[in-house]
Amino acid sequence: MSRITLKVNGTTHSVDVEPSTPLLYVLRDDLDLHGPRFGCGLGQCGACTVIIAGEAVRSCVRRVSTVAGAEITTLEGLSVNGTLHPVQQAWIDEQVPQCGFCQNGQILTAKVLLDRNPTPTDAEIREAMERTLCRCMTYYRVQAAIRRAAQATTPSQAHAGQED
Amino acid sequence: MTTNRSVSKSVEDARENGNATSSRRDFLKTSGFLVVGVGATSMAGPFSAAVQASAAGEAPGPYPDLDFRKLDSWIVIRQDNTATFYVGKTDLGQGTGTAFRQVMSDELDIAYDKTSCVMGSTDVTVDQGGSGGSDALQTDGWPMRRVAAEARRVLLEMASAKFGVPVEALTVREGVISVTADPSKSITYGELIGGRQFNVTLSGEDVNKVAGRASLKPVQELKNVGQSPPRDDIPAKVDGSLKWAVDVKLPGMFHARNVKPPVAGAKLVSIDESSVRGIPGFVRVVSKGNYVAVVCEREEQAIRAARELKVNWQKPATPPFPRSEDLFTYMRSTAPTFTSDPQVVGDPDAAFAAAARVIDADYEVPFQGHTAFGPAHATADPSNDQMTIYSNDMKSYGLRNGVAKFLQMPRDRVRVVWMDGPQAYGRTAADDAGFEAAFLAKEIGRPVRVQWSREEETAWDTKGPAYAVRMRGGLDGQGSLVALEYDARAADHNHLGYNEHDTVLIAQLAGMRRAEPARGRSSIPYDKYTIPNRRLQGSVVALPLVWETPLRTGNLRDPDGPQVTFAFESFIDELAAAAGADPIEFRLRLLSASTDDDEGFRRARSLAVIKAAAEAYGWDARPSPKPVPSGDILTGRGIAYTYRSQTMVAQIAEVEVNRRTGHVWAKRLVCAHDCGLVVNPEALKRTVECGMLHSLSRALHEEVQFDTEKVTSVNWSSSPTLTHADTPERIDVVLVNGDPNPERPDLPHYGAGEATCKPTLAAVANAIFDATGVRLRRVPFRDERVRAALRAAGV
Repeated sequence: MSRITLKVNGTTHSVDVEPSTPLLYVLRDDLDLHGPRFGCGLGQCGACTVIIAGEAVRSCVRRVSTVAGAEITTLEGLSVNGTLHPVQQAWIDEQVPQCGFCQNGQILTAKVLLDRNPTPTDAEIREAMERTLCRCMTYYRVQAAIRRAAQATTPSQAHAGQED
Repeated sequence: MTTNRSVSKSVEDARENGNATSSRRDFLKTSGFLVVGVGATSMAGPFSAAVQASAAGEAPGPYPDLDFRKLDSWIVIRQDNTATFYVGKTDLGQGTGTAFRQVMSDELDIAYDKTSCVMGSTDVTVDQGGSGGSDALQTDGWPMRRVAAEARRVLLEMASAKFGVPVEALTVREGVISVTADPSKSITYGELIGGRQFNVTLSGEDVNKVAGRASLKPVQELKNVGQSPPRDDIPAKVDGSLKWAVDVKLPGMFHARNVKPPVAGAKLVSIDESSVRGIPGFVRVVSKGNYVAVVCEREEQAIRAARELKVNWQKPATPPFPRSEDLFTYMRSTAPTFTSDPQVVGDPDAAFAAAARVIDADYEVPFQGHTAFGPAHATADPSNDQMTIYSNDMKSYGLRNGVAKFLQMPRDRVRVVWMDGPQAYGRTAADDAGFEAAFLAKEIGRPVRVQWSREEETAWDTKGPAYAVRMRGGLDGQGSLVALEYDARAADHNHLGYNEHDTVLIAQLAGMRRAEPARGRSSIPYDKYTIPNRRLQGSVVALPLVWETPLRTGNLRDPDGPQVTFAFESFIDELAAAAGADPIEFRLRLLSASTDDDEGFRRARSLAVIKAAAEAYGWDARPSPKPVPSGDILTGRGIAYTYRSQTMVAQIAEVEVNRRTGHVWAKRLVCAHDCGLVVNPEALKRTVECGMLHSLSRALHEEVQFDTEKVTSVNWSSSPTLTHADTPERIDVVLVNGDPNPERPDLPHYGAGEATCKPTLAAVANAIFDATGVRLRRVPFRDERVRAALRAAGV
């Protein structure tokens, strides 16, 4: 075990874990952040997605020791002072989720897409979201919500919402 | 106010309600969670309207059954004039919780946003079976409406006594009762009864028949029904605040992982515990029969221990099943274990003999898994001679009963706290992890959280049965269908999709299973076509390994309608093509051939959904296939229709087929859907969209693959699913909503979800035929299979 410092959603934490432990289990079990979830443990589905340095990262295959000190954002950290991020608001307005288990990955991957490309084309949305799976098959509404969020967010606002 | 989606909210409700009774218990909240600490704990139900059911001489357990004949079991009204409904169903993400609030607030006459709904936890809600069969509104909507109406009636009587006027002289609106002639005299529901019990006994021989003396409102007086309030479960799923069953964390909790036999049917010979004893946090290896689990302090430790544990297994003497490539040959050449009595109309043999043209075709749908997005999981707490299981089991009441029998505990010492989980669709009706967590918690004497791995879930979850269907049809000289034969073989022997203590996987592996396998079933199509001579028959075949097999069949959304409808509606399309008829006109002729109505006016409504789908799509009548143009991309459209129970569905798929790669994209989907009275149109539309796309995934991608020892499709690479790239450009959902004849009575609310999943496979296959002239009779239509079929046909 070793002591590792993590900065998550603006708060600094110190945890005592094996350095090889996937970040996912540290976030969930040690820091009680349940936005990221276990779906495959293989980096294939996106349920465990977090944002690190502007990238959508699959925390189930990222060793905790490799992200010590980095700024990590989870779904819980997306809203600011109780105000939902425009992507989250679009998700509610579009009534996207069914079971909702995958939506952490859908929302965070969409946020990263819109931070980089505030006005994506349909093809760009499909490409950016391609590896983020949903078994309730909410894809149609996820894509509609991304278009809605893109329309609701001017490029300057999108930049302001970028915390990485 | 919301539908309860989390333990913490449920605890808050329970506390609030419990304050009115003597049954308040001690709770401790940590990280937003109920922590079951020292001391017997129970969430107080709605006023403890419980049946004391313990055996004579035995101290009653902490979780007695709720009495469905007490109004207080269903509805609590508070002093602030809000109401909570307690519903014994589970909302799997289709919005049934929101829908129950809509129908019940209408009958109770209270504002929708002054209501909340608690669902699925066995100690605070009446056993209504949880979810299954898309029956939430079709079946359970009625008792829920009746109890809400009864509460309104009782409140009106109370107001009548208070104001000294007859009930007929009172007006009620949004939870406020006033004297019609003198509106200054008014009182709220909360002032009448808030914080107190109704103490009203209901009638009814079972929970579905429960009723009071009040009558229900006519459809025209329902105000919230037909509106689309946003689903109340969605905000917490979007902002990260929802506590899921996977999130449960209890003091002293250990983490467990299973170690499955590497070959189906293998027997445990020995375990070398020294192989994992050095792993930090290692606690124990638990085994019974062929069931093996490792228990550690942390989950990454348990994952490692499960991977590194050395177990000596003995392979079975004979292969457990054929290779998946050989499955259909095996199914056709193996004697059935069961064959249904044929359904015969007219004289099919004579009609085939006299037919101008007879065609036949074989259709094949492989095993398809649930492959839930999140693998099986549960947490169990064995403290104080009780067992609490935190679970996403869609049939939480069945899990409670099953675990009580499995562990030989009195039922009133077992409860299931229902929480949200990943995509259920039948998988959690056989809640393997719930049983395993309870078993391990009892063995260890500490709370235990069980989590299956991705590979374990995809290999060992319950499967939708494989179907091999032989179809035969006879056309007369005018191209009319005069004879039809359907003969199905389903690999569904020992269908085990339920929370039974002697059939769940741990019971099988641990040697605690029943002796007799389940018979399984082989279904016939659902259509209202008038075909003068027909014979429908189904058989079940068994694979060599019947128990302890990863090819265990269970209920996967319907549970076999997609398979059956694929064969039947593909073949109707083949007959239309053989007759040179437009596929829709051909179907409409078959539906118009009789004027007899049937229960729920299903024929008239079948016609209506097909016409509505055609209109929404902009269907131009012509026979299939289209002439194949030059260029790589071939486009076509196909229709399929069926019904389920009383819900009618017609779907049209428009596809692009890449001639070079074989890739199929369903560019557009249309669904005309009639489930009678629609409670929440927007929520229904999304359920229909997602149901269609789930079946599109089954049409294009999904197949369980196996060699003669094990399942080999075990993750999202080897077991692919629909992705964002596959998503249609456009989906139209038309809610036909009822019988086209205004003279007939209003239709009630029928089940919506699973009917949607049935026709999509056939609609896509028919569209591919329209585009290419090539008939695909084997699911899924993966690129390589389509490409091979196109090449073989010279397209």
